Amino acid sequence: MSPSTKRPFSREQRLTIVHGMLIFVLIIVVLQLWLLTATMNAWLGGDESIVWPAAAASAACLALNAGLFRYLIRLERTRSGGA
Amino acid sequence: MADVGGDPRSPIDPAINTPGREGLTGTAPANLYTPSFDREQITIAPDFRPPEAQPAWRQDFPIDWPQDLYVERRDFMKFMVLTSAAFTAGQLWIAAENWYRRRSAQPPVQRIASVDEIAVGVAIGFTYPDEHEPCLLVRLTASEFVAFGQKCTHLSCAVIPRLEEGSFYCPCHEGRFDLRTGVPTAGPPRRPLTRVLLEMRGRDVYAIGVEERTT
Repeated sequence: MSPSTKRPFSREQRLTIVHGMLIFVLIIVVLQLWLLTATMNAWLGGDESIVWPAAAASAACLALNAGLFRYLIRLERTRSGGA
Repeated sequence: MADVGGDPRSPIDPAINTPGREGLTGTAPANLYTPSFDREQITIAPDFRPPEAQPAWRQDFPIDWPQDLYVERRDFMKFMVLTSAAFTAGQLWIAAENWYRRRSAQPPVQRIASVDEIAVGVAIGFTYPDEHEPCLLVRLTASEFVAFGQKCTHLSCAVIPRLEEGSFYCPCHEGRFDLRTGVPTAGPPRRPLTRVLLEMRGRDVYAIGVEERTT
């Protein structure tokens, strides 16, 4: 399909997309929560080797979430400004 | 442009790329489809009944329910992304604290007590490495001493030595730690008590460092 005939998503489609992204983001946030508690437990127990890798992993999760959210905003801009 | 028989007032629409008609063959009359509502504008009540069957208050103040649902999910996703940012900030805070802890100097060597001041089976309190860290020194036998931080590893309540039971007892949540090793034996604590490293110098007991453990 050429760009000129590309339609913006309908509201139902966007709702489906948001549901999918929401599930993904929820899983990542739960993973981050586990990571934070595990890191805190290890650090309080004197294990410092896990601190920086865990921080990097958490930052990567945040970047993924922020990327998904940015896609959602772009989706809305396309809808409001396109077609 | 040729007509396809029938009604001459209904010319064939040759434009197949006009908005809303993409994909049509181009042979259908322009007025073939009666104008309908934009799907984005259709409001469906939560009980799926038609608008005229809705209560008066809903007819007076109609809400675009599909749009409301969409905005609700979108805002929840915003909240979840903010939560994700908060968790990442927490991780970075731990990393910063870790960096600060590594920069700080080693704990000082501190005299706790003389051997003669502690009878066998007796515990005394002291603070180490600073005045905010209460600790307990226990004389197990004539030549055996152990010392642990007094803060429970669950929620930092002060543990109480119960020498007759061979344990430290946390009264807040019924936590128990082994008197000899500081390892949790019951209750919610999962990490052992902070161990204070000891050294005998003549007849005196000295604290020379702390050891935090996960198991």
